[in-house]
Amino acid sequence: MSDVELIRVPEPGPNPFLLPLFSYLVPAGFPSPASDHLEGLFDMNRLLFRHPDATYMLRVGGESMSGAEIHTGDLLAVDKHLEADHGHIVVAVVHGECTVKRLVREGQSWWLMPANPAFKPYEITDTDELRIWGVVTHVVHELIPGRLQALIQSID
Amino acid sequence: MFGLLDCNNFYVSCERVFQPRYEGQPVVVLSNNDGNLISRSAEAKALGLKMGDPYFQVKDVLQQHNVKVFSSNYALYGDMSRRVMYHLQQVAPAVEIYSIDEAFLDLAGMETYLGSLDAYARKIRDGVKARTGIPTCVGVAPTKTLAKLANRIAKKDAALGGVLYLDSPERRAWALRQVPVGDVWGVGRQYAAKLAAAGVDSAADLARVSDAWARKHLGGVVGARLVQELQGRPCAGLHPSEDGTLSRQSISCSRTFGKPLSAFDDVLAAVAAFLSRAAEKLRAQGDMAHVLTVYISKNRFAANVLPPYSKSATLTLPIGPTADTTVLLSYARLLLGRLWEKSTAYHKAGVVLDGLEPPGTGQQLDLFAAAPAVKPIEKPALVTKRPALMASLDALNQRFGRGAVQIATAIPAAGHINTTSGKTPPPWEGKAQWRSPAFTTRLEDLMLVN
Repeated sequence: MSDVELIRVPEPGPNPFLLPLFSYLVPAGFPSPASDHLEGLFDMNRLLFRHPDATYMLRVGGESMSGAEIHTGDLLAVDKHLEADHGHIVVAVVHGECTVKRLVREGQSWWLMPANPAFKPYEITDTDELRIWGVVTHVVHELIPGRLQALIQSID
Repeated sequence: MFGLLDCNNFYVSCERVFQPRYEGQPVVVLSNNDGNLISRSAEAKALGLKMGDPYFQVKDVLQQHNVKVFSSNYALYGDMSRRVMYHLQQVAPAVEIYSIDEAFLDLAGMETYLGSLDAYARKIRDGVKARTGIPTCVGVAPTKTLAKLANRIAKKDAALGGVLYLDSPERRAWALRQVPVGDVWGVGRQYAAKLAAAGVDSAADLARVSDAWARKHLGGVVGARLVQELQGRPCAGLHPSEDGTLSRQSISCSRTFGKPLSAFDDVLAAVAAFLSRAAEKLRAQGDMAHVLTVYISKNRFAANVLPPYSKSATLTLPIGPTADTTVLLSYARLLLGRLWEKSTAYHKAGVVLDGLEPPGTGQQLDLFAAAPAVKPIEKPALVTKRPALMASLDALNQRFGRGAVQIATAIPAAGHINTTSGKTPPPWEGKAQWRSPAFTTRLEDLMLVN
């Protein structure tokens, strides 16, 4: 005969972080010590869209930047008005087509560097045929299959 | 001082931001239902293509010169416009959004803080370009009419670098000489002909006419004001947009159908769909409408179609102003019934909401109406406002996408639904054969980079 231990299962309470400030009834008797500290949800848009007029979401289709943790299906937040500099990951327009690469300066020459040995670096020789479309500020990568994964499959 | 910022070939420019391969190529954008040219790149203009040319008439020219043709993509243009206007509101003290691609800026006193207004205008222009990729031109002048005129010259003359500031009387006189009278803001085609007959050819000529002459020949005080504005005396102020959107005095929604419709229920469904959209806009700007117009048109280009090609009916709502879609629809159904001709193919319909007023301001009592001896019994069918229901409707459509919850009348009859593909656009939905993806507003449509 084994002993039976009763484990008290707590009632699932409301998640305080999903409620707007003070929109619930305060139970009589003992006020919640958290009630003065609720701040509402942090809006991810404020992180991704620091400049809402200049930021665009783009999708990645290819593995040329896999070494920089940018994979097929990821979302990129791209700021069009930031000035691109050495070391930035940028969206560049090469011969009218858009590509995401790292902008690198070596001595006097500038390169678009992939982060995957299977792809070749591209030296910027003629600034007329290349234009920086924007600077990548954030990557949204899905770790558990969700909408972004489903989107890749729907295209395949 | 007023500034007018106008986007260059706005729709074409929007397409090019997300498809840079069309930079430097001739590009045109067609109106709803792929009808007419409504935006042309500089290269397309150079081919002699005109604003408003019907697509079927210029099809061969387009093919021959390899012109890239787009159907209009208002989801994209609307979002790009929002970005442009947002930026303007960050950098200018007051902004009047004049259309999807133009805004007046109030620059009064800015010279004191910023030095040259010319340099300021260039900075704004560069800012819009950097944030959106959209090229613009800016006209700066003491009146709105002159700012429009300056903008026009800046557009035509590439040497100006996109900005023209009419800072001195000499420059204003020079600018007035550049512009034909028909291109002055506020001069329509009829007045242009009348003015030409009177020997008034350029804006400079118009700026010289007397106040009395303008009043007599140019529609009274409106004409007199126009002339004064050209002379550099401001008559029109700025109507700033408080919330970054365009607030309207009347709201309309109309479409050319993708195919002719001759069943009453189909046209009614189309009218219901347009009315739903118009009423949604009405509520979004916090107004109610007093006057409802419905119109339907036949195809004037089709064989065996007799005039009148278009018929409309207007009703002042007997129940007073409302913003309730279902109430408006019950009257729209009535109006459509009055217009309807049997066995006729219709190819366009539209609704207009007029007499707009915010709730609570305009419920004027009728001076001459007899006081009701007995309070009329309110029938359940005569509920004129259900703000909570409408608010829920708008909230649901905002959250789950337009058309998530619809008025049943706006849903097309079963015969039109193609069950194989599951999702078929309603029969009134216009053709848009060459529409690009909504690059900025739909997850599925985001620009793809390798």
